[in-house]
Amino acid sequence: MAGYTPTTPADRDRMLETIGVDSIDELFAQIPEEVRFDRELDLEDGLSEPEVHERLAAMAAANRSTEQAPSFLGAGMYDHYVPAIVDAITQRSEFLTPYTPYQPEVSQGGLQVMFEFQTAMSELTGLPVSNAGLYEGPSAAASAAYLAMAATGRTGLVASRGVHPHSRETLATHAGGFGAGLTEVGLVDGLTDPGELEAAIDEQTAVVFLQNPNFLGSVEDIAALGELASARGALLAVAVDPMTLGVLKPPGECGADIAFGEGQPLGNRLDFGGPSFGFFCAREENIRRMPGRIAGETTDLDGRRGFVLTLQTREQHIRREKATSNICTAQALNALAALVHLSWLGREGFVEMGALLARRTAFARERLSSIEGLEPLHEAPVVREFAMRSAGTPVASLLACPSGTGPSLPVYPLGRDYPEFADSFLVAITEQRSRDDIEWLAAMLEGASA
Amino acid sequence: MNPEVDTAARDRTGPDETPQQADRAVTIFEKSVPGRRACQLPGSGVEEVPLADLIPSHLLREEPAGLPEVSEPEIIRHYNRLSRRNFDLDTGFYPLGSCTMKYNPRLNERVAALPGHARLHPATAPGDAQGALELMYLLQEALSEICGLPHVSLQPSAGSQGELAGLLLARACHADQGRNPGKVLIPDTSHGTNPASVSMAGYEVVKVATDGQGGVDMEDLRAKVDEDVACLMLTNPNTLGVFDRNITEIASLVHEAGGLLYYDGANLNAIMGQCRPGDMGFDIVHVNLHKSFSQPHGGGGPGAGPIAVSDRVEPYIPRPQVVKSEGEAGRPAYDLDFDRPKSIGRLRGFQGNFGVFVRSYAYILSLGADGLAEASRTAVLHANYLKSRLAQGRAGQYLPVAFERHCMHEFVLSGAPMKRELGIRTLDLAKRLLDFGFHPPTVYFPLLVDEALMVEPVETEAKEHLDDFAEAIESILEEAEQDPGIASEAPYTTPVRRLDEVGATRRPVIRQPD
Repeated sequence: MAGYTPTTPADRDRMLETIGVDSIDELFAQIPEEVRFDRELDLEDGLSEPEVHERLAAMAAANRSTEQAPSFLGAGMYDHYVPAIVDAITQRSEFLTPYTPYQPEVSQGGLQVMFEFQTAMSELTGLPVSNAGLYEGPSAAASAAYLAMAATGRTGLVASRGVHPHSRETLATHAGGFGAGLTEVGLVDGLTDPGELEAAIDEQTAVVFLQNPNFLGSVEDIAALGELASARGALLAVAVDPMTLGVLKPPGECGADIAFGEGQPLGNRLDFGGPSFGFFCAREENIRRMPGRIAGETTDLDGRRGFVLTLQTREQHIRREKATSNICTAQALNALAALVHLSWLGREGFVEMGALLARRTAFARERLSSIEGLEPLHEAPVVREFAMRSAGTPVASLLACPSGTGPSLPVYPLGRDYPEFADSFLVAITEQRSRDDIEWLAAMLEGASA
Repeated sequence: MNPEVDTAARDRTGPDETPQQADRAVTIFEKSVPGRRACQLPGSGVEEVPLADLIPSHLLREEPAGLPEVSEPEIIRHYNRLSRRNFDLDTGFYPLGSCTMKYNPRLNERVAALPGHARLHPATAPGDAQGALELMYLLQEALSEICGLPHVSLQPSAGSQGELAGLLLARACHADQGRNPGKVLIPDTSHGTNPASVSMAGYEVVKVATDGQGGVDMEDLRAKVDEDVACLMLTNPNTLGVFDRNITEIASLVHEAGGLLYYDGANLNAIMGQCRPGDMGFDIVHVNLHKSFSQPHGGGGPGAGPIAVSDRVEPYIPRPQVVKSEGEAGRPAYDLDFDRPKSIGRLRGFQGNFGVFVRSYAYILSLGADGLAEASRTAVLHANYLKSRLAQGRAGQYLPVAFERHCMHEFVLSGAPMKRELGIRTLDLAKRLLDFGFHPPTVYFPLLVDEALMVEPVETEAKEHLDDFAEAIESILEEAEQDPGIASEAPYTTPVRRLDEVGATRRPVIRQPD
C-alpha cells in the first residue's frame, strides 16, 4: 500500500459507515464537476524503497561533491567539517518531527534550544538581542531593511558592493515591495570606498549595509565606515561570516545596529545551497521590531523555570498585516545544528578555528601568488577567502579542466557577479583544506596558466 | 486504549512533581566548566604567525565569545535530555490543523544525507552538478503536474516567501502591462502570513467576508472586486476545511477585473490528484513541501515553498531557473538560467533549499500518481471520520463543528458552548489533552470561529489513534462536567506546567545572562 497509510479496506468501510456515506467519492462531491481532475496524475506509480534509494543514489553519484575532491568554493557557503554529534542530535525524532512550539509545555526542548542559540549568536556578534533564526543569509538582509525602515521612517537603502551579490539582489527584489530604493557603493583595492559611501548616505538613508569579511574576502574597518552611517542617523547593518568571529572584532563592538548573515558554516552541510539558516541580532531598542521567532525565559504555575515563544505580538499569526515580518516556518533544526557545532568548538576551539583559517588562508594566498600569471586582486587583509587575478589566461579556460571533459577547477569565478573583476576568482579555505590540498590547487593552476 | 499513552499520568491532577519536572532546566552555558572542551582541530600545517601580522590588531577580537566549555559526552547528554522535553510526531498523534503533520519517512533522510547531495557546493559548475539539477528539474515537473500549472520555481524558502514572491510576481506582471493596482483581497479565514506578505509587498489588504457555508461571501466579493485589485489570495479548501464551490465564478470575477489569483497551497494535502489549482483558475500557487510533501517540520523548519505559475506569470519568476536542453549524444543536459530579463530577481541565496527538494522528490517517487491521490483521499476520509466521531456524545454537545457539511482534510470545531456551559476554554481543553498524551489541534484559528479548534488528522494515522483521540476529548468533557477546575489548571504531567507568557513579554529575558 502506497503512501505510508495504515488504513485497510476494512478500516475504510467502518469509517464510511460512521460518516454515513457509501464511498470516499461522496466526500469529494463538494468539488464542483467542472474543476474535478478526471484522470490520473501524469507521474509514475509509486516505487519501492530500494528502487527510490537506487534512483536517488544515481543522481547523487552524478554530482561532484566535496567528498570526492578538495573544493575551494566558498562565496558564503563553506565546506566545514560537520561533527558526528550534530547528525546524532538533529536526527533524533524529538527534534526532527515536532512542529513550531505552539504548546510550550511539551516543547521545552526546542524552546530551550532557541534560547541557547540566541545566547550563542548574541555572544558571537556582540549584540544583546538575537532571534531564533531566519531562512538564510541574503533574505536576512531584506529583513534588516524592513526593520530599519520601520525604525527610522526612511526609505533609502545603501549597500557596499562588498556585500554578497545574492544579498544585494535579494534586497533589490524586496525593495520593489517595500517601496525602498537601493544605492550601491563601489570598492577600492578590495575595500568599501569610504568617500563614495559618505556621498551615498543622506537624510533618507534608513540603513547602510556592509559585509565583513566582504565578498572579495577583505577584512573591512567596520567601525570607521559605520561612523559615516550613524553621523547621518542611518542604522548600520553588517553581514558577517560567523566562523570568522573567533578572530574578527564582533559587529556589536564596531557600532553595528544589526548583525546578520548566512549560518551555514556553523554545523550545516552544503546541501547545494540549503536548507541552512540566517541569523539576526540587534540592539535592545529594536527588540519589538525583530523579525521571526524569539524564545524567552519565564516560570510555570509552580515556579519552575521554562521557556516560551515571546514578543509574539510582532508576528504574522497575531499581528497579520501589521507584523514585523511574514516569516512562519523557519529553520529551527538548522539552528540546532549550529548550536551543537558551537558547543563542540567551545570557547577556545572557536578562536582556534578562526586562527587556523586565517593562517592557512595567508599561506594559500602567498602560494598562489607565486604562480606566474596570477596575482592577488587586492592587498587588503583576508581571513578565510581571497580573490586572485589572472592577468593573462582567461578565467574560464583557467577553470576548465585541462582535458575539457572532466570537472571544473573548484574555485569561484567573479565575472557573473562583478563584470569589473571578470579576470578574477575566489579561493575559500576551511579546516578541511589541508596544506596538501592547497599545493594540489596550486599545481592545477600552474598547469592551467602555463 | 492506546497502550503508548500513560494511563496513570492522566489521573495525576495534584501537585506532586514527576521526575522530569523535578529535573530543572539548566542551559549548556550554565554547564560550562573552564578548561573543558570537545573538539580537536587539525594542525594548520603552516607557520604559526601571530594573527596581528596578518590582520591589523584594531580589527581583531579582544575577548573570546562566551561559548560554553563542555566535553562531547556532556553535549550529547545535554541535548538528548532536552529532546525528551519535546512532544514529537514520531511519538504521538499531532492533529495540528493547517500543519499537515504526516509521517516523515526515514528513507528521505537517508537519501538527503548521501554525500553527493549533502556535500555538494551550491556554486559547483553545472556540469559537475548534473544529478542535483536533474532532481530539481524533475521536481519542478512533478509539482507542475500536481498543481496544473506549466512553470515552477523552487527558490522560495517556505510558504511565506512563496507568498511574497507571488505578490511581487503580480506586481511585475501588472507593471509590464502599464498597470499599478494597489489592493489585494484576502478572505477573513486566511493564514496570518497572507496579510503580512501583502504588507511586505507594498499592497493594501482588503478583507472579504465568509458566507454561511464557509466559503467566500460572493456579494461582498462582487462589491470589492474592481480594477484596483492586483490579486486575490485564497486557500481552497480553506482554513475551515471546506471547498469553495464558487471557485470558478470567483476566478472569472477577479480575472475580468484584471486581477490575478493566488493559491495558498497550505491545504494541498486535501486535493492531490483530485483537482488542481491551475484548473480552478489560479495563476500562482505556492506549495509547502514541509506539509503535503513530508519534509520533517524540525520544530519550526526547514521547509520550502516552491511556486507554480501560469504562462502569463512565467516571464517574471525568480532567477536562476533550472532548465533542460539536449546535451552530448542526445542525453539531457541541465543548467541554471540566469538570463531572465523580466525576472523579479532573487528571493534568497543560491538555488533554494535543495536538501528539502531531495526529501520531497523521494516522497513523490515513493507514492507516485496512485499514492498521492490515495493519500489525499485517505486524509479526507480520516478528517470526516474524526469529525463524525466528535459529533457524537459530549463533544457533539459542547464542541459543535463550525460548518455542518462534509469537510476536506481538516475541520473546525467551536468551543463556545463548552466555555459557556462547562466554564472551560478551548485553551484548557488543549492543555488537558497534553496529559492524555496527545498534541492538541490548532487553537483560536481561524479567527472568525469563536474558541476555535482546528483538527487535521492526516492520512498516516491509524484509525485507532483517531478513536483514542475522540475518546480522550469525551473523557475530558466528562471530567469537566464534574470538576472544571481540573482542565483549567492542566497540564499536570508535562515537563513544566502552564507557563507565564505575559510575564515573559513584559520583561523579556531572551538570552542566558552573562
